[in-house]
Amino acid sequence: MSLALEPSVGPATTKQVTRERIAGNVQRYGAAIVLGLLLVVGSFAFPTFPTLSNFTNIATQSSFLLIVAVGMTFVILTGGIDLSVGSVYALGGILAAYGSTWGIAGAVLLPLLACGTVGILQGLLIAYGGMAPFIVTLAGLLGIRGLVFALTNEGANTPLIKDASVTALGQGGMLGLRWPVVIAVVVVVIGSVLLARGRGSQTVLAVGGSESAAVLMGLPVARVKFSVYVVSGLCAGLAGALNAAYSSSGVPTVGVGLELSAIAAVVIGGTLLTGGRGNLIGTTAGVLLLTVIQNLINQIGSLTSSVQAVVSGIFLAVVVIIQTVLSRTQRL
Amino acid sequence: MSTVTSAVRLPQKGSALVFLQRYGVYLAIALLLLFNLFFTPNFMTIDNFRVQFIQVVPVLIVALGMALVIGTEGIDLSVGAVMALSAAVIPLYIGYGPLPAAILAVLAGCLIGLANGTMIALIGVQPIVATLSLMVAGRGIALLVADEQLKSVIDPGFLALGRGTIAGVPYSVLLALVLVGLVAVLVNRTTFGKQLVSIGGSRRAAELAGLPVKRVLITIYILAAALASIAGIIQTARLSASVPSTVGNLIELSAITAVVIGGTPLSGGQVKVLGTVAGALLLQLIAASLIKHNVPDAYSQITQAVIILLAVYLQRGKAVLK
Repeated sequence: MSLALEPSVGPATTKQVTRERIAGNVQRYGAAIVLGLLLVVGSFAFPTFPTLSNFTNIATQSSFLLIVAVGMTFVILTGGIDLSVGSVYALGGILAAYGSTWGIAGAVLLPLLACGTVGILQGLLIAYGGMAPFIVTLAGLLGIRGLVFALTNEGANTPLIKDASVTALGQGGMLGLRWPVVIAVVVVVIGSVLLARGRGSQTVLAVGGSESAAVLMGLPVARVKFSVYVVSGLCAGLAGALNAAYSSSGVPTVGVGLELSAIAAVVIGGTLLTGGRGNLIGTTAGVLLLTVIQNLINQIGSLTSSVQAVVSGIFLAVVVIIQTVLSRTQRL
Repeated sequence: MSTVTSAVRLPQKGSALVFLQRYGVYLAIALLLLFNLFFTPNFMTIDNFRVQFIQVVPVLIVALGMALVIGTEGIDLSVGAVMALSAAVIPLYIGYGPLPAAILAVLAGCLIGLANGTMIALIGVQPIVATLSLMVAGRGIALLVADEQLKSVIDPGFLALGRGTIAGVPYSVLLALVLVGLVAVLVNRTTFGKQLVSIGGSRRAAELAGLPVKRVLITIYILAAALASIAGIIQTARLSASVPSTVGNLIELSAITAVVIGGTPLSGGQVKVLGTVAGALLLQLIAASLIKHNVPDAYSQITQAVIILLAVYLQRGKAVLK
């Protein structure tokens, strides 16, 4: 809310411009800078931290969340939110396991088809039905998790993946990187290109900046709002399928609370929750930051997951406070 | 909601849609009761209703606070963590007696509310991220306070809160009724209530009108946390144990659902206290009806999702009408 401080009117002084540029850069690259610092400090503090195998682990752990967070970034850029991704992620995993009886094509296409459909339904209700994203995707969170449990006999079944080519998709890789990592990088690159050059990308940002202004300019607002939820559904489904391939099974309870990690990563990465500003490099840094913090806390050993929750929560609070203060100093 | 949604055709005054928007939740409860009267044996009994009321109490109390927050166009995701923290504090101080322990538990919860309110009102952080960060950190703190352990509570005075009754009505239900009354008076009969809804209507206009916007917002988040703490205490008394790892898990979703079904728009500017009570009851009755017909939990979750969508779909365009 920039209510308290109106942007100053009149020509800006050089000093103001410099300060705004610094503020803008901190907001954009803050996550990457902190990530760099953490990597350096971690490497000096823990000899077991800067090893190839540990970094490979961090990359693999990050890859699933990163794919989800890419979709979430698109949604948040339009000023929306997608709370359903955790449940859609689980649905993707279950369907990948069931689909693996038809080999790798079934294991990938079935989840994408189903999760894309979830995205289409949510997108229709939000973009054309005029319903609040928060509520529609909240219903998605509940309903899809229900569907997952309905498909697995109340969560009692954990469908296993027996097809070797499918498990190879999760566990194999190239150049020392597992396939999920490679795919996540590809998703980030495609997403970044779309955002930078795609025809709809300007509309995505414009909708987040001011929806009424975008409508008045004659931009295809409804179509773009619809598409971002489809993208988010597809990303969550893909990530869930890859995670199932990685763990050789579709676990019905996986992905609970994933939406919160994804939102946190996107926000830490410098994307404004009000929409209109942000990028996928920031989101990548945000995801890596969350995973590295977790990894470092594990390195200390004596600390438990509760400490981890406290650190992550406080970290998120600090980041958003800094962001809010910084975005005030910028002239919008 | 911006003007973009005006593509939705506005309902005429007095039409069936307006009736549904206003009384839909009560109608749904009536229909559900009617259904159960004919098709569910032993549903319309005093014992069953006592059980249903006892079970709805925590969600109802949390939903009251959530309704206040949503009335200001905010949201509070941290209520489950607040419940966990208050539950974690109880066994530490139960030695001083039930009342001091309960007061300390509420105070601990209020600290989280204060942190929420400060971030939202003074710094200007969006409610959803501010309370998200405390939702994550708060449960962690609760677990650390409790040494990550489940602790049983055996103080008889404290357990009476979960088990005692007056004229057949459980203490916890009475407490919930009192809280409903207090919140209703606060919203409808006090200056504070008027300030609350005007902030939700337009924060900017409220600021320009010289209302103490920041103070009201901070108070609202503290109130929501206090109510959630009370829910945590009641839950602990019912379980005879403090279980900070699971108490209040996902309760924010049920509370938001109850508030929205009850007719309070997420865009703020209105608070429907009675509607919120009805919303919480409706959710509880739906769950109970499905359980009594042996419908698996998975399908009851799907049903709940469809009901949320239906309720919100019916309420489109309502904010413009008021």
